[in-house]
Formats: sequence, structure tokens, C-alpha cells
Amino acid sequence: MLELTGLFQWIYAIASSLFSSLGLSEIILDIFLMVLAGAAIIIFLALMALFLIWWERKVAAHFQDRLGPMMTGWHGWLQTIADAIKLLQKEDIVVANADRPVHFWAPVVAFASCFMVYAVIPFGKGALAADLNIGILYILAITTFTVISIVMAGWASNNKYALLGGMRSASQVISYEVPLTLSLMGAVIMAGTLSTGQFVEAQGPYIWKWFVWPQFLGFTIYLMASTAELNRTPFDLPEAEQELVAGFNIEYSGMKFAMFFLAEFLNMFTVGAVATTIFLGGWQPPFPALSFIPSWIWFLGKSLFIVFLIMWFKWTYPRVRVDHLLAFAWKVLLPLSFANLILTAAGVLIF
Amino acid sequence: MSDLIDNVPLTEEEFLLNMGPQHPSTHGVLRLVLKMRGEFIEDVIPHIGYLHRSIEKIAENRTYAQFMPYTDRIDYCASMPCNLAWALTVEKLAGIEAPPRAQYLRVIMTELNRIASHLIYLGVMSLDLGAFTPFLYAFREREMILDLFEMTCGQRLTYNYMRIGGVSRDIPPDFASKCREFTRIFRKRVDDYEAILTNNPIFLTRTKNIGILPIKVGLDYGASGPTIRGSGHNWDIRKAEPYSSYDKFDFKVPLGKNGDVWDRYIVRVQEMRESCNIVDQALDGLPEGDIKAKVPGVFKPPAGEVVMRIEAPRGEMGYYVVSDGTTKPYRVKIRTASFGNLQVLRYLSRGYKIADLVAIFGSLDVVLPEVDR
Repeated sequence: MLELTGLFQWIYAIASSLFSSLGLSEIILDIFLMVLAGAAIIIFLALMALFLIWWERKVAAHFQDRLGPMMTGWHGWLQTIADAIKLLQKEDIVVANADRPVHFWAPVVAFASCFMVYAVIPFGKGALAADLNIGILYILAITTFTVISIVMAGWASNNKYALLGGMRSASQVISYEVPLTLSLMGAVIMAGTLSTGQFVEAQGPYIWKWFVWPQFLGFTIYLMASTAELNRTPFDLPEAEQELVAGFNIEYSGMKFAMFFLAEFLNMFTVGAVATTIFLGGWQPPFPALSFIPSWIWFLGKSLFIVFLIMWFKWTYPRVRVDHLLAFAWKVLLPLSFANLILTAAGVLIF
Repeated sequence: MSDLIDNVPLTEEEFLLNMGPQHPSTHGVLRLVLKMRGEFIEDVIPHIGYLHRSIEKIAENRTYAQFMPYTDRIDYCASMPCNLAWALTVEKLAGIEAPPRAQYLRVIMTELNRIASHLIYLGVMSLDLGAFTPFLYAFREREMILDLFEMTCGQRLTYNYMRIGGVSRDIPPDFASKCREFTRIFRKRVDDYEAILTNNPIFLTRTKNIGILPIKVGLDYGASGPTIRGSGHNWDIRKAEPYSSYDKFDFKVPLGKNGDVWDRYIVRVQEMRESCNIVDQALDGLPEGDIKAKVPGVFKPPAGEVVMRIEAPRGEMGYYVVSDGTTKPYRVKIRTASFGNLQVLRYLSRGYKIADLVAIFGSLDVVLPEVDR
């Protein structure tokens, strides 16, 4: 079988025999395995970010009756690698009177926070780095870090456009955090747990048991609110090109810009992964008969489907205005998510 | 920068924002100095002149025929109407009338160019609102029009197609069939644009009741074309003072009601449909005969002065020419629609947000070379 569990057991067997032959203790083995898991996640996500950027360009191109990148490699699959190399070579410019430490740390915060989420994402059967008992809470806490990085970038850049972008981002992300959290709480009540691993177990390999059906309202609210959290069209106000040129990242160049860029795409995959874990049965197949397909393929397929939906929004809709955006969060999404939460709680209490 | 806007000192909550000359949504090289209170615009001053090329002065040193290529550069999005206006002005000055076939060809070309120009408006306007996809759809259809122009005059941007007394060359044999195919396809494509924009809730909230232009204010500032027709003012020179056989065609002048961004959008979309009808009618009734009246090689119009105006895609476009009886004009004044339309920006965008400013400016469909000349 192509399950990851076998690979992990194989690695564990080799590592433990190696460590015991070297006479090292179990604790060092554990630390080594955790570092290994972290490195594996980082490598996977870096590749995923490169893939997503290429995919976004392809999706956009085909929505727009174009071909997209075609010259570098088969259908341009090397294009993002070429772009990354180009960005690495670029001069790192820090504008005059910038708040230098903040300017430096903003992309690091953005980049680090989007990696941290993946500690609790079950990639497949047995492929879960840390099964925290407060996994959902952890995800919500970590994803909010993005706004800190954007406000930092907007403040430190010494640019009015960047500052406007940062301020927009602060109000937007904080507003949408509330319906986002509440939209997940309905599913939490149904599963009776905050652990992501148990979430997947609670749904099982039956498509009719997935939380997307009873929690369809919650799922929709989650999708909308997380699109706003991601700062993507129709909610891409912090970096609205036609208004704020590039918004918060206007004064970033080279690899710092690339870190923001990669973080945006990774956050998009995070949304897909979280939606998959909470609403779409995680790595479980829709029918037990389909379990011959490895679980990580199901996970990736579902996550990328959500990512595709978000891309679809981007290439279809115009951008909303900042006051409409906040009105939508507080006047529409928040009451709806409260209603969803109360109805779910009542339903669980009755049945 | 602060002295550019007024002499009132800024309060602590206000700041000045310099938008342009390099900015994604200034459609060329325009500089806007904005006095902002947070996201709100308190005042906006457009600074023009970055694209000034002294076209009016150049005209005094060129013969009447030599000036034709310069008119292409006045409005690069719609060169044919600029050509046509110059040809008509000089013809009016010299008392020449173009043969019927030339007049019909001029109508076909200017109407196709009107569609191409409105397509740029549509694409850029939706891009200004953050919708990227309609931009590329619009350019896809514009490409078909450019192919038609390339067939006819060999150029895709600066056509230099009109001549004093007619047009430079006849259409190729397969032009009519290709052009009919274009209008057939294009009518369906306009439906597609409307499907993606007209009733889109986000588009509606971004455009309805934004930047309302009352008719009186628009007329005072000299706004014309779809900008003033969006407010419901029925003024189209093709109907009011028909030129180049426009009185022989059956077409409607679309009018808006409120004068907001959405009305200016829908007027242009409907104008594209009407232009399709005009092109079809002109192809149906295209007379045989000469394409150019007899004009002497050394062309010396009589001394005098003349004003001629036409309905360009952006509004009223005209030339005032003073002739002293020599081969070169004594003075040329060019009246372009964008200059008048740009002036209402300050009136329209006060009190709105910066996102609305972008939408309002997009809806005015200003082409900066036309403003500066």
C-alpha cells in the first residue's frame, strides 16, 4: 500500500535501531523524529507553494482564455522556480526612514505562522505531527498571526499606501475572525472534540456523515470568512492593486516579497486543509470501497478542490469596498454564524 | 505638495496622498493629489500635462494632409474618429464633400473603433474594480476589430486611414464577410460581459449611486459623450448635427437615469450594441463608387475659419481651424472630450472613498494623451 504510515514505521524502525546501536536515549530519538517531521512538512509546503503559484497562474489563464506560462518546462511548470530564483537574486531594498527591525520581521512572521498550523493538520492516515487536544483552537490562534505581519509591514514601510493597506487589513481580519471562529464551533459541537485527529475519526469514510451536510451554513460562512482572512478577491483590500498599488507589501522586494507571496499561497492551502479536516472528512474516502486510494491523496484532492474554489472566486468577482466588507461581516455573517451555532447546539441537545 | 491643493493647513487627521503619475489606475500619466481623512477623500486635484506634445503647434508647421498622422496620436484608443474629425474639418473649410462610399466606409471604421474604445473602457473599468477576467475578454474582442483594421489600412493602432476628401484605400473583398461575422459574434459576447458584470451584486454596490453627475454640473464643466448621456442628457452629435451620412442610419442613443457610475457603464454597453447595428446597416447599404473626392495635389483651402465637431467614443471631439489661404493652417485648436470629462472628477469624488475614486475615474473613460494633446 502507498499509505504514509508504512513509510513512517520504516523510518522509525531504522532510526530507533540506529540510535540504540549508538547508545542514545529515547528522548534524543523523539527529538530527532520531531525535527524530521518538521523538516518534512516544510519541504512539502515549500513544494506546495511553488505548485500553487503555478496552478493559480494556469487557472487564471484558462478562466481568461489564455494559456498562461508555457515556455519553461512542460506547460511552464518550472516557471515559479525561475521566478523564485529571480527574486532571490534581487536587491533587498529597505526604504529610508523605515522601521528596520519591524520591516525585517514582518515577512518572517507571515512565513513562520503559516507553517506552524500544519503541526496539527492530519495529512493522511497516521500522518499527524502533533495531535493536540486543542487543535482547532491552535489553528485559529496561529492563523491570526497573519494580520500581525501585515500590520507590521504596513507600519514599517514608511509609505502611506502601505499604511492604508495595513489598517484595512487589521479591521478586515479582526472582523472576519469572529464569524470564522463561530462557523467552526458548530462542527466542534457535533464532533465533541477540538482535536483534529479525532475530528477526522468522528466523520468516518462515509460521505453522508461528513459535517459539510449538517453544517452547510457553517461551511459556507467558513469559506467566505477565510477568503477574507486570506486577503484574496473579492476581499483583497489590503493589497488592492488599483487603489493601493500593492498595499502593505509595496515597499518589499526580493526574497522578503517572495516570503509574503509564498505565505499567501500557503495560507490558501491552509484554508483548504482546515476545511477538509473539519467539514470534508479529512483524509477519509467518501465511501469505504474507495479506501484502496491512499488517504493522503484524498486529503490533497479535497484541499486542492477548496483552493480551486478560492481561485475561482478571485478570477470571477470584482473587489468589494471596505465599508461594505465590514458591514457584511458584522451584519450578515456574524448573525448567521450565531444562528448556526445555536441551531447546532439545540440539535445536538435534542437528538 | 500641500500648496497644490489649497492654502488651508491640514488637521491632524488629514493627510495628502500622491496618486500617480505612476499608479496602476491612472490610465496613463495622470497625477492626483488627494486630501484624505482615513479612507475618505476630502479633495482631489488632477495634475495634467505629463503627456503634452504640442500637437496644436505642430499643426501650424504641417500641411493639411501632413497633419493627418498626428491626429492618430491624440487619442490612441480611438484614432479613426480623430482622423475623421480632421478630414471633415478641412473638407468643411474647402467645401469638399466625400463620395457616398467613402462616407459609409468612414462610418463603418469609426463605429468599429467606437466598439474597440468602449471595450478598453469596459476592460479597464472592471480591472479598476478588481475584476481581472473581463479585461482580457474585452481585449480578445478588440483584437478582432484590430484584425479588421489591419486588413483595411495595415495598421493596428494609429490607423491614418482617412484622407481629405475620402479614405486612403478601399476595403478588401473579404472585409464585409469578416465584419459581419464579428458583429454576429460580438453581440453574444456583450451578453457575456453583462452576465459577468451588469447584475453582479458586488459590481452593483460598487457602482450604483457612486459619483452622481447632475446634468447641469456636467454641462458646466463641459462633459460630453457617454459621461453626460449617463446622466440622461440626450446629446449625441451623430443625431443632433449629422455628419458623414449618419442621418441615413437607424440607431438609438442610450441614456442613463441617475448619472452614476453604473449608468455610464450601461450607456457604453448599449452603445456597443447600437454600433454593431450601424456597422451592419452600413455594410448592407454600402454604395459603389469612388472612395476619394478629387483634391488638388497642392491643397490650399480658402482663407477663413471653421469649426467642426463629431461624436467620438469619449464625447465631443472637434477642431477649430484658421486658414490664411496657404498650404498650412494658421491655427488649430483641438477640442477633446476627455479634457472636459476629467474636470468633473473633483466634483464627483469629494466625500467618497479611495476605492470609489478609482471607480469614478474609470467610469469617465479618460485617455490622458487626449487631455494633454
